[in-house]
Amino acid sequence: MKNININVDHVTRVEGHGNIVVNVKEGKIEECKWEVVEAPRFFEAFVRGRSYLELAHITSRICGICSIGHTLCSLQATEAALGVKISEQTRLLRRILIQGENLQSHVLHAYFLAAPDFVGAPSVFPLVKTHPEVVVRALRMKKLANDLCDVFGGRTVHPITPTVNGFTKLPGIKEVREIRQRLAEAVPDLEATLDLFKTLKIPDFKRETEYISLKSKEEYALYDGMIASTDAGTTPVENYRNWTNEYLVPHSTAKYTKHVRDTYMVGALARFNNNHDQLSPQAKKAAEELGLQAPCYNPFMITVAQVVEAVHAVFEIIRLIDEVLDKGLKEEDRRILLKAGKGVGAVDVPRGILFHDYTYDKNGICMEANCIIPTNQNHANIQKDMEALLPQILDRPQEEIRLSLEMLVRAYDPCISCSTHLLKVEFVT
Amino acid sequence: MKPKIAFFDFASCEGCQLQVVNLEAEMLDVVGAVDIVQFREAMTEKSDDYAIAFVEGSITREKDIPRLKKIREQAAILVALGACATIGGVNCLKNFQPLEEVRKYVYGDKADWYETFPTRPIDAVVPVDYYIHGCPIHKDELLKVVKSLLLGKKPEIPTYPICVECKRAGNVCVFELGSTCLGPVTRAGCGAWCPTHRDNCAGCRGLVPDPNTNAEKEVLKKYGLTVDQAVGQFRIFLGYAEVAK
Repeated sequence: MKNININVDHVTRVEGHGNIVVNVKEGKIEECKWEVVEAPRFFEAFVRGRSYLELAHITSRICGICSIGHTLCSLQATEAALGVKISEQTRLLRRILIQGENLQSHVLHAYFLAAPDFVGAPSVFPLVKTHPEVVVRALRMKKLANDLCDVFGGRTVHPITPTVNGFTKLPGIKEVREIRQRLAEAVPDLEATLDLFKTLKIPDFKRETEYISLKSKEEYALYDGMIASTDAGTTPVENYRNWTNEYLVPHSTAKYTKHVRDTYMVGALARFNNNHDQLSPQAKKAAEELGLQAPCYNPFMITVAQVVEAVHAVFEIIRLIDEVLDKGLKEEDRRILLKAGKGVGAVDVPRGILFHDYTYDKNGICMEANCIIPTNQNHANIQKDMEALLPQILDRPQEEIRLSLEMLVRAYDPCISCSTHLLKVEFVT
Repeated sequence: MKPKIAFFDFASCEGCQLQVVNLEAEMLDVVGAVDIVQFREAMTEKSDDYAIAFVEGSITREKDIPRLKKIREQAAILVALGACATIGGVNCLKNFQPLEEVRKYVYGDKADWYETFPTRPIDAVVPVDYYIHGCPIHKDELLKVVKSLLLGKKPEIPTYPICVECKRAGNVCVFELGSTCLGPVTRAGCGAWCPTHRDNCAGCRGLVPDPNTNAEKEVLKKYGLTVDQAVGQFRIFLGYAEVAK
């Protein structure tokens, strides 16, 4: 009987610090654990006492990769608390920004972090020599998404212009037109991307779980909507605590969540399972070509769902930009009346549904804050997937087992610095 | 022989390492000119044989210290990457509250599981050779510093304030727009990134070597703003400097 000892100290090509620990003695699994070891940063505690105008800029710093998502979710929570109704123009520009971030993040994950596993490379860097056209294409697509976010948000990493009730500076129409042109020209890159990901062999593994995302009548939801679950229908975002039920585990600096089952999944695959019929025709076709069908219970397919969403993002942004060009942009009065209040924001960011919840006093000073991060919601699901996958691959060489488990973790595109930076629950005793 | 470089991170959002990846087209040139031997966010292969270490993040717990010291011992050149590493950054906001209470607020009765101490920048623990300022770092400055290091030159970082760059860009002063701004005392080098987008400077690049605080006070007075307002803003990124004083 076999002994296996795997200790992946800091899984690579993920954002943040997590470990995989596996211990098998004489064929019996004694330990199989996903550990989060990131240094906690305590954002929720230290935003207390800060002004409503600063909250989005501060909480954006939770995560460099999904800083647009955090910014928009933070603004939503603040606006809900202060009773601010944003204009259609503001909502339109924010929807473009979140699609832009989804495109940027998915290209980064699919090409740079996940794809090397499928071609047996330890990172994207060796591919610069062996597959230069692939790397150049990935960089070109990423640059397009980043440039788009620069135009609409002032900056991709920690956006500058989105603020309470609008934007400090609107994008220039000339720049918007240029981006639209480049998006239209990116279609061959999308096709080449599909051709590449069609050839990747996705591990055969299934574990059904609960899938949670935003859902909207209007569109494939990212920016706003109701919370939706494959097990439990929909609920308004204000009920998020009852649907996330955070708890702590000793081996992790991140909090875990559960809803109907022991675990649930958020992110591109959860969104696809809940909202696939609202994808653009091009994205639907991409899903078909890539063999992605709802409901899909294979977590390794998250990367494929991200590729499908990247296709959707390009066509959706073109549609939204046409709306901008059609209506034009005008400076709006951003002034608001301050009042005490509590509000919740929910945005489906690249790695899944994100919640910010703030309470303000009458001067707009933050008194309480709570944030629930996508990767937190996936940790328990990753753990259960590992427990299900390990017995199925136990007969393989140790190195292969290690790689499979790492690939599983990476498929979730975990954003660990995010997930440990903001953790707060009310303790149920 | 190509210089061997490595990337490391402590408490941070990893956005500055993302800015490295965001170099995009230029990244291929950089990758061609150096040998990246460790970059956990982007690669699996790793070696501890490196000459230049880029370190992102601030130091927030005891166990970070030996890890950082080991990096310092190995690296001939240590570069602090981004505001968390250079000045402590946003993580220092927690230093203004009792840490016991901070831990309890986030982790409740399990607070003891989570170790933390007052946040500090990298150079409060080990000597730092060069600084790439900002939250996030600016790609142009990153390239400039990397190029200097490859040529064996000392990177030139501006010692004048943001206001100089803002005027050069022809921006409307954000004081005119009704907000406080730390541009008069903050180190330039980002091209007045935020004021150019009509947002105030929050000081993420740290103070200029001899900040003219009197000038800042005069500007505040002129626009009917208080020093308290500016100090509040100061704390977002510059809290460590305030406490250290």
